[in-house]
Amino acid sequence: MTITIHPNEIIETIKMIETENLDIRTITLGISLRDCTGQNSSEIAEKIYEKIVNKAGRLVAVGDEIQQEFGVPIINKRISVTPISLIGGLNRPEDYIEIAKSLDKAAKEVGVDFLGGFSALVHKGVTKEETALIEAIPQALAETDRVCASVNVASTKAGINMDAVAQMGIIIKKAAELSKDADSIACAKLVVFCNVPEDNPFMAGAFHGIGEPETVINIGVSGPGVVRNAVKNYPNEDFGTLAEVVKKTAFKITRMGELVGRAASEKLSVPFGIVDLSLAPTPAAGDSVAEILEAFGLERCGTHGTTAALALLNDAVKKGGSMASSYVGGLSGAFIPVSEDAGMIRAVEDGALNIEKLEAMTCVCSVGLDMIAVPGNTSASTLSAIIADEMAIGMINNKTTAVRIIPAWGKGAGDSVYFGGLLGSAPIMKLNKYGSDSFVARGGRIPAPIQALTN
Amino acid sequence: MDNDNRIIVTVLGQDKIGIIAGVTTVLAETKANILDISQTVLQEFLTMILVVDLAECELEFEEIRQRLINVGEQIGVQITAQHESVFKYMHRI
Repeated sequence: MTITIHPNEIIETIKMIETENLDIRTITLGISLRDCTGQNSSEIAEKIYEKIVNKAGRLVAVGDEIQQEFGVPIINKRISVTPISLIGGLNRPEDYIEIAKSLDKAAKEVGVDFLGGFSALVHKGVTKEETALIEAIPQALAETDRVCASVNVASTKAGINMDAVAQMGIIIKKAAELSKDADSIACAKLVVFCNVPEDNPFMAGAFHGIGEPETVINIGVSGPGVVRNAVKNYPNEDFGTLAEVVKKTAFKITRMGELVGRAASEKLSVPFGIVDLSLAPTPAAGDSVAEILEAFGLERCGTHGTTAALALLNDAVKKGGSMASSYVGGLSGAFIPVSEDAGMIRAVEDGALNIEKLEAMTCVCSVGLDMIAVPGNTSASTLSAIIADEMAIGMINNKTTAVRIIPAWGKGAGDSVYFGGLLGSAPIMKLNKYGSDSFVARGGRIPAPIQALTN
Repeated sequence: MDNDNRIIVTVLGQDKIGIIAGVTTVLAETKANILDISQTVLQEFLTMILVVDLAECELEFEEIRQRLINVGEQIGVQITAQHESVFKYMHRI
């Protein structure tokens, strides 16, 4: 018998977990609900509840078991389901609200913190079911705790459905109003996407895509603190060295995800889907993507050079991570949610980071304008215009982008919103004072872009 | 995952009398076989790593882990116990 692992490597792993917040952000169990059909909404709601409880009953226990065996914290256990708009037989918004409540009840019964899939894919146009589901979103989110909604309104192949974009501005406003007593928290559970991935394990945008099997395990890893500490050891080295450091660290972090994913898949007898190679920050001290960029040598995240730094970081994470896992998918990149990242919050408060710079940053990393609080009196058309800009970035660059924006009811620029937990808190950002009403009011679709002649 | 029975026990803390005795007593009681021990002391700070085989062990891993943590608390050092695969996965391709 030989010790194949050097003591220094063992200490390195333990240090990552104990002091640098290395964790598995989420084990997400995808469940197909396509067989949950029925004559009326009550029957469908009951079938959905039973299927989820049946398939996910052991998810939390297995997650806890793996956490103890491997000594790696597993922060969240979650569920994603088939986009609810694809389940036939539901026609009225009140039907969908009933389903949302059933999903919420199932999530609470099995003990997961979020359940995603109250979703519609409408990048080319809407069906009557999708219309009803989208209309139900504000009330569904305001009256449930754990259900997350997402709407895909654009894709590179279909273009941007501007009618849906216009409607989402109104829906977001309505969701903010209905949850005004809780800092408009319903908006934190709603994402508008371009090129949405079908196997994303992260909330609020997770759903179980139509190409997925009956059930599947997807893993989201975390670890910005580990990367930041690794980078800090090389304060003066050139960019080639820096990229190398990030790659090696991303490899190690992702290996944990791969290990946990395989173990969960084996214990639950569910096929292993993908590891999502994302750097997901939390509000905890040191667990910040902004602080990695600052460790690169920027005085504050958001200053000139931030986009270049983020491009390097995002690419190096993908290169290191893809080597570490057999199957990579989901969003895979660095997340820059403002409210969930202490460094981002500080950058906004110090005036270093504004919404225009954030938009530029989303061109080179995953997701998009995420967890951004804006004044409560922002008009629906301005929200739609913000969404349209972000969708255009995704469409043209052939990548996933998203908007999760919170028009905080009754609050203005300079105030803050508080959600608690992983959702954190956010200073309210200033927007451009000029309107976009006539632009948004045009309606129709922005045509799909040409994919050659790329300049 | 190859060799499911092997775990790595790490002890971190101020060096003092009785650390090895405390840890190995727990392992002996549970019929866990110690395959290797390495330790370094840097400025009175002790790092000890044990590779342990649980093949003959009568208790569940979680019970052993809990006993080790308890003895660590009594002595005043931090003890962690993890499956070996965690380290193999992270550091070897």
